[in-house]
Amino acid sequence: MSKQAILRRALPGAGAALPRQSESAFILVWRDPLGRAGLCGVALIALMAICAPVIARYGVAEMHPKAKLTAPGLTFFFGSDNFGRDVFSRIVYGARVSLIVGIVSVGIAAGLGYLLGILAGFFEGKCESIIMMAMDIIFAFPSILLALFIVSALGPNIINTMIAIGIVNVPVFTRTVRASVKSVKSMDYIKNAISIGLTPRGVLLRHVTPNVLAPFTVQATLALSGAILTEASMSFLGLGIQPPQPSWGSMLSDARKYMEIAPWLVIFPALFIILTILSFNVLGDSLRDVLDPKLKL
Amino acid sequence: MDHLLDICGLRIETRRGGGKAMLLDKVDLSVKKGQSFGIVGESGCGKSITANALMQLLPYPLRVSDGTARYQSLNGEKELLSLPAEEIRGLRGREIAMIFQEPMTSLDPIFTVEYQMFEALSFHNKRIGKREMHERALEMLRSVKIPRPEQTLRSYPHLISGGQLQRVMIAMAMLNNPRLLIADEPTTALDVTIQAQILELMNGLKAANGTSIIMITHDLGVIAETCEEVAVFYAGQVVEQAPAAELFHNTAHPYTEGLLRAVTSLDGDRADMGRSTSQSEAEAPHQNELYTIPGMVPPGGEWSSGCRFRDRCDRAAPRCAEALPALCEIAPGHLCRCFRTGEEVEAR
Repeated sequence: MSKQAILRRALPGAGAALPRQSESAFILVWRDPLGRAGLCGVALIALMAICAPVIARYGVAEMHPKAKLTAPGLTFFFGSDNFGRDVFSRIVYGARVSLIVGIVSVGIAAGLGYLLGILAGFFEGKCESIIMMAMDIIFAFPSILLALFIVSALGPNIINTMIAIGIVNVPVFTRTVRASVKSVKSMDYIKNAISIGLTPRGVLLRHVTPNVLAPFTVQATLALSGAILTEASMSFLGLGIQPPQPSWGSMLSDARKYMEIAPWLVIFPALFIILTILSFNVLGDSLRDVLDPKLKL
Repeated sequence: MDHLLDICGLRIETRRGGGKAMLLDKVDLSVKKGQSFGIVGESGCGKSITANALMQLLPYPLRVSDGTARYQSLNGEKELLSLPAEEIRGLRGREIAMIFQEPMTSLDPIFTVEYQMFEALSFHNKRIGKREMHERALEMLRSVKIPRPEQTLRSYPHLISGGQLQRVMIAMAMLNNPRLLIADEPTTALDVTIQAQILELMNGLKAANGTSIIMITHDLGVIAETCEEVAVFYAGQVVEQAPAAELFHNTAHPYTEGLLRAVTSLDGDRADMGRSTSQSEAEAPHQNELYTIPGMVPPGGEWSSGCRFRDRCDRAAPRCAEALPALCEIAPGHLCRCFRTGEEVEAR
């Protein structure tokens, strides 16, 4: 729990100096030191991905046969690999792959999960049973295994990887959203909305949907890191991003053979994976503190 | 007489453990235009579900199994209980409005008061403009005596206190000038001083707009302050119904009697609502100890045969176990469901 949240719990009376709902979640996260760190980390990775052509010194597939496995230095910041490719440039471009895969696959998962979760939560009965049964089946598979299965069925490339990771993550979103919808549905303000004459569709769109957005946002941020990690694992296993496209996971995988003579090949991609995941997780936690209605006084 | 709402033989049941359980048993009520009608009783007597049934707001396993509720709407008579979804939506909020017990949770926490008042307005007035809605909302907030209406409109619900929020809820309910206002324990969650203000406000609005009010409460004080006609509910039935003054002065049913004696008053004596105490034989030994009716309301559907109040009644006789007493008129406009009162009347 963040310092802010503790403060808010401990000093309910000091409301004036403490954050109010009218302030945006962004500002609240920024005030939380951990949240700020997460936000900075994510911004840094995003900047790196966007400005990749400017930052990278060489192309991703550009080989320097005379400079294979050079240690980090001024020419190659993070050293070079067994083909003489610049590790730094590959990592910078790899950020693009990681972020795109993360965002698109979480987009797929969140979109589908939101829809299914709302349907399951709002229309109870048969519809709910069927949806939740399907989700339980997907849930029962280990996620990497299921993703690998989907990719090997569809063929390994970046788009199929994103689809696979997306599908794997649908159940988590469905469950989160369904649970929130159910708790929101029983609130008095929903009854009040019905009693002023709103249609079921109006209630769903105007009151239920926005009220489940907070837990959903938190879930999405946390799932982003999971998706990036899954992509790295899949690429490591050879069924994710295909060469020559650089991915942090496949870079790690390629580096295995040279780990002892060229440790930088492992250290730097791993470091970036860790940093990215950590940033997203910290940001997600901070967002949860800010958006959690139970902590709001 | 001009009846606005006629409830006839209303029965509500729920599913329980494979079987059915009756929650409300043949309730007849009628509310006149411009009248405030009180429904009083302990928790679990069927007060709230009666109100929810009128708005077709019963939660899932509960359903109306029998009865009618004829409502004289602006476009002719409507049968509320079987009205198609579209038509009942047209009435909700426009002709029949509802106020709930918990003002703090009755507004959506993520929208401003203004947004939610606009919602209530725009749904029933398709062509209303933003500025006009703003004017209406402000005017309504002023009429419920909100101190800073402009600021309140822009506020989120959690920034407003409970008493003020209940005023906002009343304002929201009155936005479309409803003909019937159903208030489901509107003052239960508020403290006593605010309660008095809210009741006064509702009385004022009723007088100004001619709105009929159905006031559901377990507080006889609230009834005494607002209502003209009162129905006392017990175990899913009306046990006594009379004009408020008549009910308080010539209490007939032992249950109503018990409720009245369980009201606290500041002098340490039992409050008796200006009624002369005639039941000295049942008086508690300690004057200062609050009277309570022994036992509790039997859960829905598990009512004993015969009179449902007999297990808790201090006047129960053998015949009370044999048959369910009928609701008899013991004085003009005064109905009571008790064998004993019937006998007393005959004896006189």
